[in-house]
Amino acid sequence: MLQNWSVRIGGSALLLLLVLALGAPWLGTVDPTLFDAASRDLRPGAAGEITTLEGDSVKHVFLMGSDSFGRDIYSRVLYGTRVSLVVGLASALVALVFGVVCGLGAGYLRWLDGPVMRVMDGVMAIPAILIAIAVVALWRASLPTVIVAIAIPEIPRVTRLVRSLVLSIREEPYVEAAVALGTPTGKIMFGHILPNTIAPLLVQGTYICAFAILLESILSFLGVGLPPDIPTWGNIMAEGRVQFVAYPHNVFFPGVFLAVTVLAVNILGDGLRDTLDPKMAKRV
Amino acid sequence: MLVFLLLRLTPGDPAAILAGDAASSEQIAAIRASLGLDRSLPVQFGIWLGSLARGELGQSYFYKMQVTQLIGQRLEPTFALATLTIFFAIVVSIPLGVVAAWRFGGWFDRALMGFSVMGFSVPVFVLAYLLIWLVSLQLGWFPVQGYRRLADGFFPFLHHLILPALTLSVIYIALIARVTRASVLEALGEDYIRTARAKGLPEIRVLVRHALANAAVPIATVIGIGIAILIGGVVVTESVYAIPGLGRLTVDAVLARDFPTIQGVILFFSFIYVVVNLVIDLSYVLLDPRIRY
Repeated sequence: MLQNWSVRIGGSALLLLLVLALGAPWLGTVDPTLFDAASRDLRPGAAGEITTLEGDSVKHVFLMGSDSFGRDIYSRVLYGTRVSLVVGLASALVALVFGVVCGLGAGYLRWLDGPVMRVMDGVMAIPAILIAIAVVALWRASLPTVIVAIAIPEIPRVTRLVRSLVLSIREEPYVEAAVALGTPTGKIMFGHILPNTIAPLLVQGTYICAFAILLESILSFLGVGLPPDIPTWGNIMAEGRVQFVAYPHNVFFPGVFLAVTVLAVNILGDGLRDTLDPKMAKRV
Repeated sequence: MLVFLLLRLTPGDPAAILAGDAASSEQIAAIRASLGLDRSLPVQFGIWLGSLARGELGQSYFYKMQVTQLIGQRLEPTFALATLTIFFAIVVSIPLGVVAAWRFGGWFDRALMGFSVMGFSVPVFVLAYLLIWLVSLQLGWFPVQGYRRLADGFFPFLHHLILPALTLSVIYIALIARVTRASVLEALGEDYIRTARAKGLPEIRVLVRHALANAAVPIATVIGIGIAILIGGVVVTESVYAIPGLGRLTVDAVLARDFPTIQGVILFFSFIYVVVNLVIDLSYVLLDPRIRY
């Protein structure tokens, strides 16, 4: 797996982002929510001072400039990495867990198949972004609701994948043998069938993660995602768009981070697919 | 048999539309309860279903008009944007995909695959701002934002629409080019291609008439699935380029917590998505004479 260049490139880019996210407080950042009226709209690289909440003046170089409230874009972008990675991973996990349960049920227990798949078809008939927007509108935006809102439209895709895998795995001799030995249904489903779906699920999970990061920033950008006081890439861009013509850096830096992150996750996904699941590689 | 196949082949079937309605009825109940109108959910749903049967989607809280009327007003820009985007995407992506499959493994193929991964990864609005900055601000070719109605003349209408449509078509191009490449590649491995070449047919005819024609069904399918991406993209693109279409209406309605409008727009978009996919499923008959319903 580590021989694959896509896995290496995508994986190391992600590790770097993870380090940036975890190490944000020690990488020359200031409090990303700190307002400083004196240093508004600075160009990238401008040196200035920022007044902390305690009233001390700290010398600070605004590597990526500052926004119209005098907040440091560099700090905001680094802290925004945390939000994006958390939303991406959590959404993928939520979608996978629910998708696996529904897919196992629909694939192995025949009486569940019809009802579950009809509901999934119904969800799939609504474009993902609209479901996410509707859920967020209904529940008020917070980190957990945004994660759930992004995960819901992905559940049917996971369910379909798992169901189709289960339908072929259940015909394998070792499952028949387990049935013949009188193994309880639950043990067959989770002990014999589930482990054989892990590889394709890992690949699918990576793609969901990329899509979730993208969708979160779209929601924030549209103003329907996380509240504006949380520094996310989408929020930084939403605030920067008003004066995009004069100060493009407010949109530019978070945009680059976002694109690179999603690209890294997608490349990692392609690499994983090629190494773990040669059959799926041919299909796409 | 015919009905069964239709239900199986369409990603969203009539049952699907019903489920969509059910989800929306919970929204309506939630807002009614918060407004103090407490009726049971089935009653609400029944009423709403009844008005839906009469072709009504309820009254917008915010705009104080019928949601159907509101959607009608906002339809033109969105429809124009979507049509132009699909046009761009098909015109660009299918030749690219065919050439990439033809020169499989060559530099063009690898460049296109690289572009396609990029196309999936760069968010629409980042791309939109990049294009605005480059094409509108630096080169001054197109207006930065805004929309002109078709009634104000065709040229200004097109002039305002080209940049948004280009922006939106990138992800679509990435998607269709990828599938075109894969399915043409598969068709190129078949025996009839060798026969066609052996007959001495010109290569372009082999590619278009034999390979592409046999690859048409997956391409049509992905265009249909892509409508979902397109709808998502419309919401974002209209917001960036200040186009007063359905996407803007969706965002404005969410920000204003205008539930009848949100649910009307979502229902409308889902309806379009299902209908387009149904039409595409039916078009398989034309694309592949072996398919019968």
